[in-house]
Amino acid sequence: MQARKIALLLSILPGFGQFYNRQWIKGLLFLGFGISFFLVFGDLLNMGFWGLATLGTEVPRDNSIFLLAEGLIAVIVTIFGLAFYYVNLRDAYKNGKLRDENKPLSSLKSDYQNLIAQGYPYLISGPSLFILIFAVIFPILFSFALAFTNYDLYHSPPANLADWVGFDTFAKIFTVDIWRSTFFSVLGWTVIWTLVASTLQVALGIFMAVLVNQKDLRFKKFYRTVLVLPWAVPGFVTILIFAGLFNDSFGAINNDILAMVGIDAIPWLTDENWSKVALILMQGWLGFPFIFLVTTGVLQSIPDDLYEAARIDGASIFAQFRNITMPMILIATAPVIITQFTFNFNNFNIIYLFNGGGPAVPGSTAGGTDILVSWIYKLTLQSSQYSLAAALTILLSVFVIAIALWQFRRTDAFKEGA
Amino acid sequence: MNKGKFFRLLVSHSILIVMAVIIIYPLLWTVGASFNPGNSLISTTMIPQNPTLDHYRELFAGSESLQYVQWYLNSLKISLFTMLGSVICVSFTAYAFSRFRFKGRQNALTLFLLLQMIPQFSALIALFVLAQILGMMNSHWLLILLYIGGLIPLNTYLMKGYMDSIPMDLDESAKIDGASNTRIFLQIIMPLSKPMIAVVAMTGFTGPLGDFILASTILRSPEYYTLPIGLYNLVNDVMGASFTTFAAGAILISIPIAIIFLLLQKNFVSGLTAGGTKG
Repeated sequence: MQARKIALLLSILPGFGQFYNRQWIKGLLFLGFGISFFLVFGDLLNMGFWGLATLGTEVPRDNSIFLLAEGLIAVIVTIFGLAFYYVNLRDAYKNGKLRDENKPLSSLKSDYQNLIAQGYPYLISGPSLFILIFAVIFPILFSFALAFTNYDLYHSPPANLADWVGFDTFAKIFTVDIWRSTFFSVLGWTVIWTLVASTLQVALGIFMAVLVNQKDLRFKKFYRTVLVLPWAVPGFVTILIFAGLFNDSFGAINNDILAMVGIDAIPWLTDENWSKVALILMQGWLGFPFIFLVTTGVLQSIPDDLYEAARIDGASIFAQFRNITMPMILIATAPVIITQFTFNFNNFNIIYLFNGGGPAVPGSTAGGTDILVSWIYKLTLQSSQYSLAAALTILLSVFVIAIALWQFRRTDAFKEGA
Repeated sequence: MNKGKFFRLLVSHSILIVMAVIIIYPLLWTVGASFNPGNSLISTTMIPQNPTLDHYRELFAGSESLQYVQWYLNSLKISLFTMLGSVICVSFTAYAFSRFRFKGRQNALTLFLLLQMIPQFSALIALFVLAQILGMMNSHWLLILLYIGGLIPLNTYLMKGYMDSIPMDLDESAKIDGASNTRIFLQIIMPLSKPMIAVVAMTGFTGPLGDFILASTILRSPEYYTLPIGLYNLVNDVMGASFTTFAAGAILISIPIAIIFLLLQKNFVSGLTAGGTKG
């Protein structure tokens, strides 16, 4: 039998393949790691996988949600364990192969140097990866897992256990009448909100940038500073200020501005449609300066020769704008524009801080201006429908990712064609 | 011809002036409100008849429900450490992705792209449970870690794009001179990435100041609050009743931030467009 196969088989127990290859120190290291892995994580793995499978069997001893969390941590630990195991197997196999070919084995020192050279990118991105797993990936996995349980107010610890229910919650979103109608009305408004608000802020930003950048316009510096102000002031502050300004009975917009021109008070916060109008206008106010800034940067980098040549060819100002300025802006800012759309799709702050997604809609868990994200937030913190919230999170993520990937692909094509 | 030009400039100026008024009005109104006597919105006028500094004094009086100074310090601490942590994590990771070809690189990049699209707070329940398991409710450090984690994917992507635009020849000639990877990073790549580092630092600093969902999930006692939660509660506890005090608090936080933003805006634009188009 060839040495590489024997070494591979023996290293099913970590380290033994290396012993067979007479690499004692390395073997001991692998064995040591293997043993301590099970010593440290043995209980966690045992408990975790049991918990993950059953979600607890006895009340009040077991807490389904904690068990689920431990189970997921056990899965993550196992993945790292398997990666280590793979390294162990591969090392034994490689050195066995070197023995078959009668070549000298790699020494510990050269292995170490190899590790430093090849492992450098892993080493420096390791901390980030750790934080990502802990702060982003684990929470996302956890909420995804919740979508397949029946965790809600009536199945929550410590009094009750939750259980796995498969795709039931997803099915309910589309079959239970009140859930389905809420889901589709919220989704509809989310899409309209994203499209209208983002388009408004992008169009306004580009328009203002072009306006300010006219060669012969004076007071450029003043206009630029003023137009950038909404971007410089923290967003939560301005949204809360606007909530005050738009206030139905005391707000300055109703009392001062509209009263001055003789228009009756408008129910900005309590009428669904007026709320929507106010939200879109506010987002235009908040969002356009960023596009304005980016576009200004692009405009200043367009060489004058292009316009010179166009003028000599007799192109009008509008032709110049359409054929030089606009394409240049769109190509350079396309990635930034896309982020505006995904940002607004998940723009929780403006919806929630303005009037809490209100006005309330009778019989529904979502308010009149709730978008998907703020609805999920309410389901979690106000009506404790955790599994429904989690299932919606999955649907939302799939939706956003699909659109974003599709758009990224389109802009790539756009760039190459231009 | 000249008439056309005059007309065009006139229209431009009028549009811009209208826009400037729309922008400045809410800001000035807030400044006015903060000097208004009384607490509610009803009596608030833009130019107060008898201006008062009472609301500013109230902020620093340090009552049980309004620990403005404490909130300010909390926010400052969280923002500073988030900024520091995210700059370190993001620049090292971006360097790895930009300059090394290693196993799993492409998958990791795709993962980053996907992660930055899923809003972090949709995993709210998980974060809540996590904080409870770890016994870290009210912990600023947990919050800082969560913020850094949330900032890594998108910013690494932008930073990597920026670093890709720095010519490889620079690294290679340094390598021939015997410089180590870390040295190349610290002495060549980092100084050249300054505009983008400014962007990451700024998002790291202002991110926590704009967030109140994660913070309100984890920080439950008033002495641990950050400014956004504190001020939000101030406005919302008694609807509109403390609006003037809120306005004073909002101004004191907005002015320093606005100044930083205005000073760094050039960096921001060059960082974003360079990173975005070449990414």
